[in-house]
Parts: sequence; C-alpha cells; structure tokens
Amino acid sequence: MAEEFEPRIIAFVCNWCTYTAADNAGVSRMEQPPNVDIIRVMCSGRIEPTFILKAFALGADGVIVSGCHPPGDCHYTNGNFKTFRRMPLVEQLLAQFGIEKERFHWGWISGAEAVKWAQLTHEFTEQVRALGPLNWKQELESKED
Amino acid sequence: MAGNGKLKLGLYWAASCGGCEIAVVELREKILDLDAAAEILFWPVAMDFKVKDVEAMPDGHIDVCLFNGAIRTSENEHMAHLLRRKSKVLVAFGSCAYEGCIPGLANLFDRQSVFAHAYLEAPTVDNPQGVLPQPVTQMPEGEIEIPRFYNTVKTLDQVTEVDYYVPGCPPQPHQIWAVVEAILGGNLPPRGSVVGAGEKTVCDECKRQRKEKRIRKFYRYHEIIPDPTECLLDQGIICAGPATRSGCGALCPQVNQPCRGCYGPPPNVMDQGAALLSAVASVVDADTEEEAARIVGEILDPVGTFYRFSLPASLLHRSRLRTKERSHAKNQH
Repeated sequence: MAEEFEPRIIAFVCNWCTYTAADNAGVSRMEQPPNVDIIRVMCSGRIEPTFILKAFALGADGVIVSGCHPPGDCHYTNGNFKTFRRMPLVEQLLAQFGIEKERFHWGWISGAEAVKWAQLTHEFTEQVRALGPLNWKQELESKED
Repeated sequence: MAGNGKLKLGLYWAASCGGCEIAVVELREKILDLDAAAEILFWPVAMDFKVKDVEAMPDGHIDVCLFNGAIRTSENEHMAHLLRRKSKVLVAFGSCAYEGCIPGLANLFDRQSVFAHAYLEAPTVDNPQGVLPQPVTQMPEGEIEIPRFYNTVKTLDQVTEVDYYVPGCPPQPHQIWAVVEAILGGNLPPRGSVVGAGEKTVCDECKRQRKEKRIRKFYRYHEIIPDPTECLLDQGIICAGPATRSGCGALCPQVNQPCRGCYGPPPNVMDQGAALLSAVASVVDADTEEEAARIVGEILDPVGTFYRFSLPASLLHRSRLRTKERSHAKNQH
C-alpha cells in the first residue's frame, strides 16, 4: 500500500441546472475535490441506468446523478420526472448487486446552487473514500477459481 | 464436410436443463432432413458418443458445434475448450450459453451459499452429517475427483471464443431450422452475429393493443386476470417485451403471459436488465418523488425480474463477493 486511495467518482449532470451550478462553482473559485469527473448530458432524464452500471463496471468508486429540481425547473418540463421514477429502482438494483448505497447519490441542484454542488462533491468524495475502492472487475476476478 | 459431403455436426450441453435439446428434437420431421444433410459426430443426450471420441478427432474436425448450457463447473469449461478446439464454428446455442439464463441467477449468490442451501438448508434435504461436495475425496481405492463448482456462472464466450449466438430459452424450432439452412447454404452473417432471431423487439411482433402507458400499480402475475387484448405492460404487469429481441413471434404474450426476456437484449442494447428497468420505471404514473418511490418500491427482486435470463452477460456479471459474509455463513454451519 504505497499510495493513498483516491476515489474515482463519475457525475452525470444535466446541462441546464447542475452543470451550470458546477460551472458557477468553478468560476466562483470554490474549492472542489479533483475526484469527481463530470459527464454532461442534456437532461437527467437522459441518464440511462446502463450509464450508472457501466461506470461501476469500468472502475468508478461512486456515481452521482443530478438534475433540475422537480416539479418546475426542468428545461424540458418533465424530463426529471423520468429520473425520479427510475433512480429509486436503480438504488434497489445496486443493493442487490452488493454495491453500498453510499456509493450512489442522486438528487437535484439548480444553476443557482453552486455552493451546494461544491459541498456535495466534498461530502460525497469523503463518504466514498471511507468505503474504500470498489474495484469491480478486479474483485470479481480475484475471487474466482 | 465429411467424405460423404455431409456437414459434420456436434451438439453438447453444459449447465442447462435439457430444453435446448428438446427444441432440436422439436424440428419433428425436419430432423430427417437434418440427418440427410448432416452427420452427427457428438450428441451425448441422444446418441452414444464418448468424450474420448471427441478427444481423438483432429483439431477443427467438427464443422459446426451447437453448444447449449452455461459454464457452471470446471468440467463445463473443459468441454467448452475441447469443443472449441475440435470445431470450425462454435455456436452458443440457447440462452444459457449465450447469456447465462436461469442458472445465471445463482450469480446473486456464491458457491458456499448455493451449497449451503442445496445440501444443508433446503426443507427436503436430510443430511445430518453435513456432507458437502469436495473436489477431491480420499477413498480406500484411491482418490476421487469431481469437477469444481465455480462461484460464478459464466457464458460460453466468457471462457472461449464464440462464432455465433442463437438466443432463446429454448430457441424456437423454426428459428433453429432457419439457422441450419443458413449453415447448409453457407449464408451465415459475419462472425459474432446473433442468428435465428429478429432485429427488433418482442413488442414489434406482439399483436396486443398499446395505449399511452400510465402505470399506477405493478401487479404480480397471480394478482390480476389480464385483459387478453391489451398490452400487458399497460395493465401493470411487468413484460420484458420492450427490452427483448424479437424472433419468438411474441409467444408468451399471445397466451396472456408477459414476456420474460429469454431472447436477450435487442441489437445495440448493452445491458438488458438496465434497459428494461428504464422502460418500466419511466412509465410509472407518478408526479412526485414519494409516489414514484412507493410504486417502483413494490417491485420485488429487481435483479431477478429484469435480468431473469441475462445476469452473467450483464455489465456487472454478478453480485459482489464478500469475504466477510462468506466467513459468517461458514460459522452458521
């Protein structure tokens, strides 16, 4: 154990709210951990559960999904409705796969909530750090015979 | 081809139920055409060939091998490697070889918990000495070896190279015949293709009336008498049609049963379970977070529902193996 564990976190965020918040956080020089890699999509309703599973399968230690506040903030009126219908089921699915619920966060951050974004990235990174690496593929292979 | 011009065919089963074998026999009178066109060199379930007969063949001797069943034990894997070497074309035949199928649901558990249930805990088991299968057993006559049981069920292409995939649990006989004809006529698509199936979804072949989907409650099948003409998913019964490859002719919905997903994901879908989850959850008729969570929360066993046939082939392959839980299970016995 030469190097300290640095969690790798993938954040799927919508273009109109959470990405704007992240952008604002950066422009406003708010400190954020470098562990969170942002993937911008047009709407949180575009985030297929496949994206989340693939992130974990390819080595993410944690995943964030964030969009516009329901009911009224969505740029596409109700794209975020799809998000809140799917994500509770994704949570159940991840639990069955044995992935701790602390590794997955979904919620809402508006364009005006840069502080909330900076705070989330800090807290979530520390939460995942405490759990240690997920290492999905290597774990499976090492425990196979 | 054999000296008599016939196609040299091999058929094998690994971890499977035998349904794929029945499906071949279900070619009915066409089996005579198959016999006329092909010489069967190996088919343990129906004909008296031995493994040593296969071992004695030169490499690449079999023209086409239809391999059904998942890889559950070291013996399954050994046969997969052997038949790969002896066959020019290896076909993952049926859902188990293609994507793991029902045996693959054991990937929610590990060897230890499977053994514990099957040999110790099941109500029908009487095993007071707690005897469990051992790979190697010492007997007065010498050492007995049985195949090792893996923690994880694998698909055929996770242990060896596969040329074609025939989906279905089991593959439908008319589709099997179409594949046989394609092989005999030399009309096979590029290597790696799924053959004996369609390019769309089961919904595309389903005759039921579809409306705008607004689901307020999910019913388990015993809780409802479905309308025979309306879309089953519209009625709140989870039907895998939207995330399942066409080819069966929508057999199950025709007889008032929801599609369970045995033809695997449609083209360009990476993970059948995630695609089905997405399709099912997004049509829930809930405009608040609490209501949505309540309605989808009624779905018991999401993995078993959405990945019924495809867990080993899914993005995550299996549930996480945890050393801690396994040692805990050991203490209980």
